[in-house]
Amino acid sequence: MVLVLALGDLHIPHRAADLPPKFKSMLVPGKIQHIICTGNLCIKEVQDYLKSLCPDLHIARGEYDEETRYPETKTLTIGQFKLGLCHGHQVIPWGDLDSLAMLQRQLDVDILVTGHTHQFTAYKHEGGVVINPGSATGAYSSITYDVNPSFVLMDIDGLRVVVYVYELIDGEVKVDKIDFKKTTATTHSAH
Amino acid sequence: MMINEAEDEEKWLAEGIAGIQHNAFYMHRALDSNNLREALKYSAQMLSELRTSKLSPHKYYDLYMRAFDELRKLEIFFKDEGKHGVSVVDLYELVQHAGNILPRLYLLCTVGSVYIKSKEAPAKEVLKDLVEMCHAVQHPLRGLFVRSYLAQISRDKLPDIGSEYEGDDGTVMDAVEFVLQNFTEMNKLWVRMQHQGPGRVREKQEKERNELRDLVGKNLHVLSQIEGVDLEMYKETVLPRVLEQVVNCKDDLSQYYLMDCIIQVFPDEYHLQTLETLLGACPQLQPTVDIKTVLSRLMDRLSNYAASSADVLPEFLQVEAFGKLSNAIGKVIETQVDMPAVGAITLYVSLLTFTLRVHPDRLDYVDLVLGACVKKLSNIPKLDDSRATKQVVALLSAPLEKYNDIVTALTLSNYPRVMDHLDNGTNKVMAMVIIQSIMKNNTCISTADKVEVLFELIKGLIKDMDGSDVDELDEDDFKDEQNSVARLIHMLYNNEPEEMLKIICTVRKHTMAGGPKRLPFTVPSLVFSALRLVRQLQGQEGDIVGEEVPATPKKIFQLLTQIIEDLSTVPSPELALRLSLQCAEAANDGDLEHVAYEFFTQAFVLYEEEIADSKAQVTAIHLIVGTLQRMNVFGVENRDTLTHKATGYSARLLKKPDQCRAVYACSHLFWVDDQDGVKDGERVLLCLKRALRIANAAQQMANVARGSSGPVTLFVEILNKYLYFFEKGNQQITGAAIQGLIELINTEKQSDSATPDSASDAFLASTMRYIQFQRQKGGIMGEKFESIKL
Repeated sequence: MVLVLALGDLHIPHRAADLPPKFKSMLVPGKIQHIICTGNLCIKEVQDYLKSLCPDLHIARGEYDEETRYPETKTLTIGQFKLGLCHGHQVIPWGDLDSLAMLQRQLDVDILVTGHTHQFTAYKHEGGVVINPGSATGAYSSITYDVNPSFVLMDIDGLRVVVYVYELIDGEVKVDKIDFKKTTATTHSAH
Repeated sequence: MMINEAEDEEKWLAEGIAGIQHNAFYMHRALDSNNLREALKYSAQMLSELRTSKLSPHKYYDLYMRAFDELRKLEIFFKDEGKHGVSVVDLYELVQHAGNILPRLYLLCTVGSVYIKSKEAPAKEVLKDLVEMCHAVQHPLRGLFVRSYLAQISRDKLPDIGSEYEGDDGTVMDAVEFVLQNFTEMNKLWVRMQHQGPGRVREKQEKERNELRDLVGKNLHVLSQIEGVDLEMYKETVLPRVLEQVVNCKDDLSQYYLMDCIIQVFPDEYHLQTLETLLGACPQLQPTVDIKTVLSRLMDRLSNYAASSADVLPEFLQVEAFGKLSNAIGKVIETQVDMPAVGAITLYVSLLTFTLRVHPDRLDYVDLVLGACVKKLSNIPKLDDSRATKQVVALLSAPLEKYNDIVTALTLSNYPRVMDHLDNGTNKVMAMVIIQSIMKNNTCISTADKVEVLFELIKGLIKDMDGSDVDELDEDDFKDEQNSVARLIHMLYNNEPEEMLKIICTVRKHTMAGGPKRLPFTVPSLVFSALRLVRQLQGQEGDIVGEEVPATPKKIFQLLTQIIEDLSTVPSPELALRLSLQCAEAANDGDLEHVAYEFFTQAFVLYEEEIADSKAQVTAIHLIVGTLQRMNVFGVENRDTLTHKATGYSARLLKKPDQCRAVYACSHLFWVDDQDGVKDGERVLLCLKRALRIANAAQQMANVARGSSGPVTLFVEILNKYLYFFEKGNQQITGAAIQGLIELINTEKQSDSATPDSASDAFLASTMRYIQFQRQKGGIMGEKFESIKL
């Protein structure tokens, strides 16, 4: 059982002052093995905070990030799964699942994690799964009205991944979960 | 010299101890053989060792304790009349024949103890006798110890209420009288140990005096333990008499110690009820007495008392404690003109702590204390004493911590005035404390007026203050400060649009004064705050027809334009471009075509004139295209102009692959999946073909420049785009076209100059899988994809 925290689009301090207190109290160091962040933190302080939760931190560059050297895309393997990470402002039309599927094919990953729309989605298509953890602070978005703060926790176990989405709705944390299964194991080809 | 003295002292002490032991030995023999005469003789000789003047207090105490222990044995012997056959009355007379006064007194006290216990005479008379006889020893050290002995042996024999010695012949009053007399005499003796003289000598004397102070203070302790001393007696007798001695002795060491002793030893409720008397003594003390520390400790005690239980609070009100204390402090500060700033401010901190504990609801009191502090600070130039500064910060932090609500602190009119007296560095520290308090408590500042006050308080962070040099500041610290301010802006909020707009304008007014260094931090927060308001108003639209309403989206967009323009002074074109696009989208949502167009114009101008970095250009173009793709407010003409510009710039990016990607992204500008969205199949295809041409050119360039062509990734990307529009029903894209493209890719891959690339292979493979998948779907989609012959 490997726990992967996926979150992003915090937009601190431009659009939000901080993570919601209820989220902060849930995110404690030592419980998570990996963090993948879709970007738009935006300042180093947030990176330091995430790093304190888990040292294995992966960040893709958002268009408002103070650190310009985060990569545009990133791929990593966790257990049997290949994951891809990209903020998403590069994929036009924004939020379009077919275009995101193209990126997924290009990165050759089972799970693609992107952000930018501040709207949680988890979508399975022929090529794999596309997950958008939304905005962890519920930051303003030109694309989505009424953003609820949300983040995703993935539990990767063998060929199965359970995606837990945590959403703050009217002051209460609501949890939902979705199951995905791979049909074949990842072949580690020489890259 | 000093070492010799110490050595000598050791020698004398050793001699003294030897003397005591020697005589004690014979005294014990006498006791064993019930020989009173001998016992008296040797005990007197033993006690003569205490007649020495050669020992320091510390060493004298050693000697005294040994004598004390021996006297206990003697006392036991005295008590047992059967052993020596002399009545206690006679014994009392007998010991007065001792040759020297000091041994005589010790023996007298010892017998006195037995005398009182025997009840053959009233306690009060014996005690009176003894305390007066001790008068005979006027040597400070020896006198102190013999009176101390008297105090020790009399402790459990005072005619207190409920004690066995109480009665017609002895009341509490007598007990008190006795202790007071002993105390007064002891203090006089103590004061006589002057600490005058040159430096080192004086230090030594002071040290010696301090070693003895508890002997004097013990009497006060005894007084506090006497059951019969109730508030009435304390008020009428004990305190006035003690204070009389304190004031009259005119000795600063004694006064300081005793005042503190009184405060520590007697109960807090007594202090409350005698506050006026106690405070009244303060101005009468020597000017060199550290009265501020005394007062601080008094207030700290009273603060703790107030905190201990809510029941006691009415008492404070009843005795008007606050008024009396602040008056007393005022007087002290007035009279002690040389008091350093840190002293005065520490006093005010104590008073403020007191006020917050006892009268938390009386903001006027709190403000008064701050006001008094301001007055004191006005008389001195800017604080440069770090201890004083720390105290001022403590003063300002106290209300924040108490009220947990900055809004309350904002109503204290003197609060900003105190802050003004801080040096720039500390002012900023305090400002950060304030911001942190707001963030921690999730406080919402909800009116423009309060925002105004708040920003006045934190002005050290908002703009350059006189005398401060922004360049001197550590970059990371500066960033932290500004990010804090940026976060703070999100805590300024009111549901009511009119007020919210006022808040935004107030914030803008202040942040503009921050200059180019600060704007990149503060402008984004302000912009998004305003955009949230716009969205709120757009949601409400329709309800506010016909009224004179200042807060409209249009007005806010005008304001936003100006705010974003402020960034040109930095300059910060990339940020300005992003913010302009955000505004364009918001205007789009509000159906404001012209406003949206203006913002796009702003974005393009920034792109053309100020964004030169090629990487920045790529991102900027994608943002422009992505935003434009979502616009539905534009009429045909406007839309055409903007898409033309966007595609033009896309094609002119520096690197060919970037050009290619930007151009095929532009294809989406001509196809919007909405119901009434534009679906111009031809222009989509034109874009894709253009992208293809660029990809080809890129391959050829690579061939020429590097000797081998690059990976076919770009082609596969374009293929995917073909498939995308094919699926969406773009008639211009045929199965045959896709076929052709696939063939092209395969040819490229197999050519001699091709470099094998597993990533693009995998990409192509998954794309082909996708086509297969679609074919197998059956139905209309399946049919469509069947037309792609593989």
